[in-house]
Amino acid sequence: MIQIEQLHKQFGKNVVLNGVDLNINNGGIFAVLGPNGSGKTTLIKSILGMVVPNKGTISIQGTNIKKNSEYRKHIDYLPQIANFPNNLKVKELIRMIKDLRGETTNEQELIARFKLEPFLDKKLGNLSGGTKQKVNIVLTFMFNSPLVILDEPTTGLDPIALIHLKALIQAEKEKGKTVLITSHIMSFVEEIADEIVFLLEGVIYFKGTLHELKTKTSQPDLEHAIASILTTNHA
Amino acid sequence: MLKILKYSFYDLMRSRWSYVYFAFYLLLGVVLLFLNNNLSKAIITLMNVIIVLVPLIGTIFGVMYYYNSKEFTELLLAQPLKRSSIFLGQYLGVALSLSMSLILGLGIPFIFYGLFKSNVIWDFSLLLITGTFLTFIFTALAFNIALSNENKIKGFGYAILLWLFLAVVYDGIFLMSLILFEDYPLDKLSLTGTMLNPIDLSRTLILLKLDISALLGYTGAIFKRFFGTNLGFIVSLTMLLVWVILPVLRIVSKSKRKDF
Repeated sequence: MIQIEQLHKQFGKNVVLNGVDLNINNGGIFAVLGPNGSGKTTLIKSILGMVVPNKGTISIQGTNIKKNSEYRKHIDYLPQIANFPNNLKVKELIRMIKDLRGETTNEQELIARFKLEPFLDKKLGNLSGGTKQKVNIVLTFMFNSPLVILDEPTTGLDPIALIHLKALIQAEKEKGKTVLITSHIMSFVEEIADEIVFLLEGVIYFKGTLHELKTKTSQPDLEHAIASILTTNHA
Repeated sequence: MLKILKYSFYDLMRSRWSYVYFAFYLLLGVVLLFLNNNLSKAIITLMNVIIVLVPLIGTIFGVMYYYNSKEFTELLLAQPLKRSSIFLGQYLGVALSLSMSLILGLGIPFIFYGLFKSNVIWDFSLLLITGTFLTFIFTALAFNIALSNENKIKGFGYAILLWLFLAVVYDGIFLMSLILFEDYPLDKLSLTGTMLNPIDLSRTLILLKLDISALLGYTGAIFKRFFGTNLGFIVSLTMLLVWVILPVLRIVSKSKRKDF
């Protein structure tokens, strides 16, 4: 699915990714974790082609993504901050993204699930942060792509929406898709992730299941496991 | 690209600012016609306003639109779309909606005043064409500035400086150099000087067409003598086109290499 070889990226003098090698072959939910500034977002944006790497190759489904835009048809991406053109209505935005990407599979069901019907005719500029995030989620999940990338998906969501989101992510996994998530909420990660990819100082420090991580660090839960990695590396 | 263009245009056409801009031109057109009671005179006054104002609005709007739609652009970048089509689409959306406000805002009062029955219709069309060119040029320059500056405040600052330089300072420097080097033949210098500034170029273009020697000034006189009215007209139009194409090419190449 995703093959990354020797990925290097620096912004000015700031080295963010320093030779990342990552192979994700099978479906499942992968959480990309790491302290602030460890390069999570840069890694995800490199996969999406939004950041141009200095060195290294990325292949999605066997094709090199360099100078290619068509491969993004197979990726659903939920960006971290949802900010849409303020003068468009929700309905129009959904229609627009559909127009750009092609037909959707379960748009109506998603709208119903997140109770967005009353907002369809409202302008995006008048929506609250949480509602915008719900629209964002609908836009991401309404396509049926084999790779789903979620950057901080829980931002601004109320508990009910959060439950729906978790169910959605699980459903995607059951369809055999690959889901890549970044989050700072460890309980959320612990609940849904199958595997952890831990980034530290621009390289992949750990990749494996939750259980492996806990045994490796001999800690009872994810939060402490992560904390113990960080303290042993920075002490 | 056309899809992005369609939606950017649609989005802007419903923004309050497009209407404010449109209403401003409508008011300006009506007031000028009312005060001057004469189509040609109103056109000359309009020229002086358009030549300074259109670049300003184009720059500010371009920079503002780019920074405001930044997150949305990121969403588009994750779609199977080419970078060049995203940015060209947005650029054309802004430039077209601004041009629409200008053309409709000025066109409507002039049409009601009896533009079609008068002989200044070509002068007026040229005014609108130059205004449109200036919109396209300065929106493109604004996008260039915004693409090169992550910092909003810096971007706005550079945009205003660019406008100030081309609309005001440039003329001052130009005039100073003409005075300083008055002992030398200045034809080529003043011609090149005019070519290099789209605002000067537009002014010369309109004045050549209106054929008002009193307002032509030194540059215009040279232009006229050097090219003859027709050639001068074609050369200045071509230069305006070059002024659109170069910044647009840079938008394409810059956006390809940028990290978002």
